[in-house]
Amino acid sequence: MTQRALSTPPRSLRLSVEGNGGSADRTFGAIGAGAAGALGLVLIGVAASVARVAWPSIEATGLSFVTTSAWDPSRDVYGALAFAYGTLVTSFIALALAVPVALGVAVFLTDLGPRRFQRPVSSLVELLAAVPSVVYGLWAALVLAPLLRTTVQPALARVGGPLFRGPNVGFGVLCASLVLAIMLLPTIASVSRDVLRAVPAELREGALALGATPWDALRLVVFPHARRGVFGAVLLGFGRAVGETMAVAAVVGSRADISPSLFAPGYTMSSVIANEFPAASSELHVAALAEVGLLLFVVTVAFNVAARVLVARSREGAPRWREAAPRPGAGEAA
Amino acid sequence: MNDSVDRLRARGARVEAVEASAKMSAAELSAWFGDKQALRSITLPLIERKVTAIIGPSGCGKSTFIRCLNRMHEVVAGARATGDVLLDGKSVYGADVDPVRVRRRVGMVFQKPNPFPTMSVRDNVLAGLRLSGIDPPDTDALVEEVLGQAALWDEVKDALDRPGGALSGGQQQRLCIARCLALEPEVVLMDEPCSSLDPIATAKIEELIHDLRDRYTIVVVTHSMQQAARVSDYTAFFYLGELVEYDHADVIFTKPSDPRTEDYITGRFG
Ligand SMILES: Nc1ncnc2c1ncn2[C@@H]1O[C@H](COP(=O)(O)OP(=O)(O)OP(=O)(O)O)[C@@H](O)[C@H]1O
Ligand SMILES: [Mg+2]
Repeated sequence: MTQRALSTPPRSLRLSVEGNGGSADRTFGAIGAGAAGALGLVLIGVAASVARVAWPSIEATGLSFVTTSAWDPSRDVYGALAFAYGTLVTSFIALALAVPVALGVAVFLTDLGPRRFQRPVSSLVELLAAVPSVVYGLWAALVLAPLLRTTVQPALARVGGPLFRGPNVGFGVLCASLVLAIMLLPTIASVSRDVLRAVPAELREGALALGATPWDALRLVVFPHARRGVFGAVLLGFGRAVGETMAVAAVVGSRADISPSLFAPGYTMSSVIANEFPAASSELHVAALAEVGLLLFVVTVAFNVAARVLVARSREGAPRWREAAPRPGAGEAA
Repeated sequence: MNDSVDRLRARGARVEAVEASAKMSAAELSAWFGDKQALRSITLPLIERKVTAIIGPSGCGKSTFIRCLNRMHEVVAGARATGDVLLDGKSVYGADVDPVRVRRRVGMVFQKPNPFPTMSVRDNVLAGLRLSGIDPPDTDALVEEVLGQAALWDEVKDALDRPGGALSGGQQQRLCIARCLALEPEVVLMDEPCSSLDPIATAKIEELIHDLRDRYTIVVVTHSMQQAARVSDYTAFFYLGELVEYDHADVIFTKPSDPRTEDYITGRFG
């Protein structure tokens, strides 16, 4: 937005800033446009060079790369379906667990919580978002996985069903999903909090002045106004889950299997790259890992773009709202 | 400066009667935003079934004052108030008083129109009732009646299902007035209700205020002297967070006793 405004000022502005102001304006415009262009080039360059490395694999495996799940570097058999499956399953479970809690936290921070708690809780959320993911991974491997093995998974196994059975080792899809959920929580909570805060105060006050409780106001005006932005926050969280590497690699179990059981070990796109790349044996192995990277790149870019567009649109608010701004003095004339 | 009421009282029986008939009153009401004091010990009666206008230069605390009356002031982060506000002789700041109930009895129309933008015109009108859990027997008749009171019915009668945000600014403001009246509050607070309206709609609102005074106690904040003189029975002049003068409207606009009031109404400052 800013970039566009800088590089093409409206006609009236251009006329009014002749002389020094005009040239400064043009200079900043050029710098802005250059920077934006450079970023675009970097993005395209990275994608292109990864694609070049991946080319031998793309040529050799074709479509079967994304439709089969056999992955055996020793025989040069590469099918990435299990990684895509693992990434999607862990990300969705993580979202399903994190979103309700994150929205609860966001609403506590903007509307429902006592004011004196809002600031400390807000800082806590920011702090959690800033912890490096490898720390979460370490914690998950040392604390979460044993806890799952000894307590949680035996209890779930008693519930039964295809999701909760199989080997109980602690490390697996469930453990990876849980640590992801914990990592997404602060991201989704803090973005949602910002989106909810951006809802105009007049809207909330209009509801409150009619005798709405804070919860009524939230339901009636705040959520309808902010829902696009909140959805964007969820997508942003999803992008983060898909791209998360270290924490997942530590606990996911690292086996390229597609199994309905959440206790079973799995694999994700990012963690297979991290685990196998340092010791990649053949050129085709490297190329196949690069192709997994390319897939991941496309998916995360798509989700991030979608999320940011939604959040930004929601921040702008309902366009009609602005027309409603009072015209000062109109009432004086009578 | 809050001796205005004392001074009124000193004038004799007429004023005693006036105070006895106060629907609401502020007693030594002070208000702050953080460290900044916006109101300084305001004592002011709001007489039942009369229109009280509040005038004063921008930033003198008019909005803050009426927001203290229905406990909307405390909604702002860091805002607080001391003193008291009485409604029918009972404090609205009592420990056992739910602000939600106060706001249902003391309705408010804001400076900036704020209908629920995604709700239909009809649902906007009915929103307050639904929040209170009231299900009126004949909603269509009620919607027509209150929109008629707010001088909006003719313009929206064919657009009741359009979103409230799709109306013009002036129509939105009248929708907000209708939304407020639908709850039949006892007191109606209006913060510059005409600042987004054209002269015709302004005249309609003033007429409406005239008609409503038989049933409601009304407080109008306005920047227009003419409007205050036309619609109000009593007028209070605020300056820098203080109540400078309070009296019958005709007294304020013909022979104010404080020189600052005179300067303001004659346009010498503010
Ligand atoms: N949300 C806020 N935070 C901090 N200070 C505020 C806030 N709202 C108002 N104030 C301050 O309180 C004082 C009184 O403001 P208020 O809105 O009551 O004035 P007003 O008389 O209604 O003005 P206007 O005629 O411009 O609407 C002003 O000095 C203003 O700067
Ligand atoms: Mg104001």
